[in-house]
Amino acid sequence: MAQTIAPPATGAVTPAPLPLKALAPWALFFGVLMLVLLYFIGAEQGATSLLSGTDVHEWVHDGRHLLGFPCH
Amino acid sequence: MNSVTIRALLVRGMLAGLAAGVLALVVAFLLGEPQVDAAIAFEEAHSHEHEMEVVSRGLQSTAGLATGVLVYGVALGGIAALAFCFALGRIGRFGARATAVLLSGAALLAVYLVPFLKYPANPPSVGDPDTIGTRTTLYFLMMLLSVLLAVAATILGRRLAPKLGNWNATVAAAAAFVVAVGLAYAFLPAVNEVPADFSATLLWQFRLSAIAIQLVLWTAFGLVFGHLAERVLPARQEAAATERAAAAAS
Repeated sequence: MAQTIAPPATGAVTPAPLPLKALAPWALFFGVLMLVLLYFIGAEQGATSLLSGTDVHEWVHDGRHLLGFPCH
Repeated sequence: MNSVTIRALLVRGMLAGLAAGVLALVVAFLLGEPQVDAAIAFEEAHSHEHEMEVVSRGLQSTAGLATGVLVYGVALGGIAALAFCFALGRIGRFGARATAVLLSGAALLAVYLVPFLKYPANPPSVGDPDTIGTRTTLYFLMMLLSVLLAVAATILGRRLAPKLGNWNATVAAAAAFVVAVGLAYAFLPAVNEVPADFSATLLWQFRLSAIAIQLVLWTAFGLVFGHLAERVLPARQEAAATERAAAAAS
C-alpha cells in the first residue's frame, strides 16, 4: 500500500545534506590549511612577519595590490 | 561513503579555484597591471629615495602575480567547497549547481565586495607604510565581520521561512544584513591615505580592475565547481531516493 506513495518530485533535485560529523575533520584541517595559504598571500611580511626579510612581500606584491589586501 | 564524497568535492573545489584563478590572472594581467605600472611611475616621480629592487618588476608582474592569484584561487576554492558541503541541502531546495552558484555569489559579496566598500583596494603609492598594521587589522576584521553577518543572515532567513514564506524571509534576512553591515561601516574608522595629487582616473581604473578580477574569479568558480559537483552527487541522490523508497515500503 505504502509503496504507491512516490517520493516527492523535489527529492530527486534536492540532494540530502552531508552529515556534519563526516564534514568536521575535513573542514577543520583543510580550512586551517587554506587560511594559512591566504595569510601568506595576503599579509605575511606586511603587517606581521613570520619569516624575516621582504622576499615574500616583494614576490606577491602585485597580487596583493590587485586582490585588495593592504600591501604597504 | 560521505567522507569520500567530501574529499571528492574538496579536490574539485580546489581544481575549480585553480581554473577560476587562471581566468582571473588573465584579467589581472591585462586590466590590472597597466594601472599598477602607472601607479609605480607616480610613486617614483614623487619619492627621492630609491629602494633596492628585491624582485624585478618583470617578475612581480608575471610569476609573482600568478603565484598570488592562483594560490588565492585554490585556497578560496577549497574553503568554498567545504562551505558547499555544509550548505548543500541545508539552504533550501537547491540542486548542486544552484547551490554552487548561490554560494559563489554570497562569497563574492561577503568576502570581497562588502569589505571593499569600506576599505577599497589601493594601488602602489596610496597608503602610508606606517599604518600598514592598522589597515591590515581593519581589513581582515571587516572581512570576518562581513562573513559572519552573511552566515547569520542565512540562518535568520531559514528560521523565518516557515512563517513568512521563502521570498519574504529572504528579503527580511537581506535587509537585516544590510542594516548590520551599515552599522559596522559607521563604527569602524575610515581610512583615506590617497595623496592629494594622485590621479583620480587611475585610482578609479585600478579599483574597477580589482573588482573585475573578483567578478571573473567567483563567476568562473561557481560555474565550474557547480558542474563538477553535479557529477559527483547524482549517485548520492539515487542512493537517497532508493533508501526513501525502501523506508516507505517497509
